[in-house]
Amino acid sequence: MDKNNGSKADTGYWRANLRLLGVLLSIWFIVSFGFGILLVDELNQFSFFGFKLGFWWAQQGSIYVFVALIFAYIHLVQKLDRKFGVSDEDEDPSAEGDA
Amino acid sequence: MDAQSLTYLFVALSFSLYIGIAIWSRAGSTNEFYVAGGGVHPIANGMATAADWMSAASFISMAGIIAFMGYDGAVYLMGWTGGYVILALLLAPYLRKFGQFTVPDFIGTRYYSTTARVVAVICLILISFTYVAGQMRGVGIVFSQFLNIPIFWGVIVGMGIVFMYAVLGGMKGITYTQVAQYCVLIFAYLVPAIFISMLITGIPVPQLGLGAEVADGSGLSVLDKLDQTLTELGFAAYTDGAKSTIDVFAITMALMIGTAGLPHVIVRFFTVPKVSDARKSAGYALIFIALLYTTAPAVGAFARLNFVDTVHNTQYTDVASWFKSWENIGLIGWEDKNQDGRIQYHPGAPFEGKPTFGPERRADGSRDVTNAPTASDNEVYVDRDIMVLANPEIAALPDWVIALVAAGSLAAALSTAAGLLLVISTSVSHDLMKKTFAKGLTDKQELFYARLAAVTAIGIAGYLGIDPPGFVAQVVAFAFGLAAASLFPAILLGIFDKRMNREGAIVGMLAGLIFSISYIAYFKFVAPETNNADYWLFGVSPEGIGTVGAVINFALAFVVSRLTAPAPPQVMALVDNIRIPSGVSKAQDH
Repeated sequence: MDKNNGSKADTGYWRANLRLLGVLLSIWFIVSFGFGILLVDELNQFSFFGFKLGFWWAQQGSIYVFVALIFAYIHLVQKLDRKFGVSDEDEDPSAEGDA
Repeated sequence: MDAQSLTYLFVALSFSLYIGIAIWSRAGSTNEFYVAGGGVHPIANGMATAADWMSAASFISMAGIIAFMGYDGAVYLMGWTGGYVILALLLAPYLRKFGQFTVPDFIGTRYYSTTARVVAVICLILISFTYVAGQMRGVGIVFSQFLNIPIFWGVIVGMGIVFMYAVLGGMKGITYTQVAQYCVLIFAYLVPAIFISMLITGIPVPQLGLGAEVADGSGLSVLDKLDQTLTELGFAAYTDGAKSTIDVFAITMALMIGTAGLPHVIVRFFTVPKVSDARKSAGYALIFIALLYTTAPAVGAFARLNFVDTVHNTQYTDVASWFKSWENIGLIGWEDKNQDGRIQYHPGAPFEGKPTFGPERRADGSRDVTNAPTASDNEVYVDRDIMVLANPEIAALPDWVIALVAAGSLAAALSTAAGLLLVISTSVSHDLMKKTFAKGLTDKQELFYARLAAVTAIGIAGYLGIDPPGFVAQVVAFAFGLAAASLFPAILLGIFDKRMNREGAIVGMLAGLIFSISYIAYFKFVAPETNNADYWLFGVSPEGIGTVGAVINFALAFVVSRLTAPAPPQVMALVDNIRIPSGVSKAQDH
């Protein structure tokens, strides 16, 4: 989003992170606002486990995808963290002493 | 034991559990009081966040609202869960890395401005008080209906409990109490849902039962049968909505980004040790929330089906006893317009307003509704809030399930109230006192002011719960719109737009807040008769206007920030720092 990035080490990490966010948030938008709201009438022509498909996306499916998206992010961003050497996995903040 | 003694027993047991936890986890420093010492495990924090988040509205009202809205209920289901994706991906990890105590802390530091901090505190207090009043009211209603205690005393007991663990334990006490409250409330929600799903479809998983065939030999699925039954009575089909697409879109968006901007939810992510833990907490929180939110639409559909089956065309003298007991409290009202002694259920209001009753009963024992009847064929008034509370009775479930539901709804209301009261008191003692008006406070003095502010906030919340001014109930739902239009854009831009400066953030927050409040106030209080799609801006209802407010906030902040000096270098360095996960520090006292 900004071009004058200060610390050189973080530039690649931040770009990769923004790309990842872009992909995941597109899915987030498509399942909820797309399938559940804008396309609901079209999808309702199909049946899915006894549900009209659009209705299922709006009241069930989108929520399952939301959960999956967060865990996908946790996994993928952790890989990015490691790749760019900015992971906090081995840190133990409690060792810094109680404030 | 009868239902009432069982309810007393369950409520007393759960309350002693909460108080026990409060005494065990008493807070000794501001760090413990504000963020539980920053050492909460992500799973525990996920449960606490879920309990914090799921309020009396989620537990008591949501399934009932869905039952009567059908497809349109999706705005709440998606809106109140989708916000966690935004929280986990766009806000929580960075705010944890920032590592201070409150949302105004972030805004005040990021925008290097006391004015920005104070504006954030005002937004926070407006949002949190509108929300908390509804919780206290919920506590009062549960007490009065299940335990026959007047609402006044119900609220007083609720205030006492919250006082115990919020004032003594601070965030530490609240966190571990909320873990217990989550367990109580989810158990209390799922048990009756499973029973009813078994009863109607023979399938014990409500999420699947909603799509299954009704076990009455008709061969129809639950949703098809609902569509068919409701259209026969003149209603719109259950799976079709009544709201316009743009309004559904705007409300869902306002609830999603409002959720992500709610201070009492955000502050929960300050309590975990690391950035990666903040991400995990958001994931666990959504799993725990999704358990209830995917069950609610099933509960709503089953309840509507049950309601129509039991009530429509039934002789009043033969109707199930729950109908009469809720009629006695005035949440159901029946006017026999065609004088046939039977209850007819159709679309539209049966009479003007909420039912008022004459002193005498009619010959068949029903209460004498004195409201002016409408032209509609409908004869029944039913308050949507009763569906979850009445469900166990409607499905003739055992007494202990009814007692469980009472304890569960109290857990939902109290956990949310405590979380809200804590962010109010924290922002007063930390942001207004320590950071703005009384900078020389020691940790001990600050802790004292935090407790004092918590006591005051509980008092005000209790007053609003006992004697709600007419507007409170109406504005609770708008807390989200206000959060969406004011705090959310300022936080998001603070992380993702490094150049964003003080001027842009302050103008944006104020414009978003003032625009949304004015729009809501105009349609709710100034000209309520024009509150329909013909007069709405772009066809967006007051419930969804937070989305437009947020767009205004983003746009103004962007333009103003580009016309004024960029944020100073040390602030840009701060933004660089919060963007990488490593090198986190504990939330510091300072």
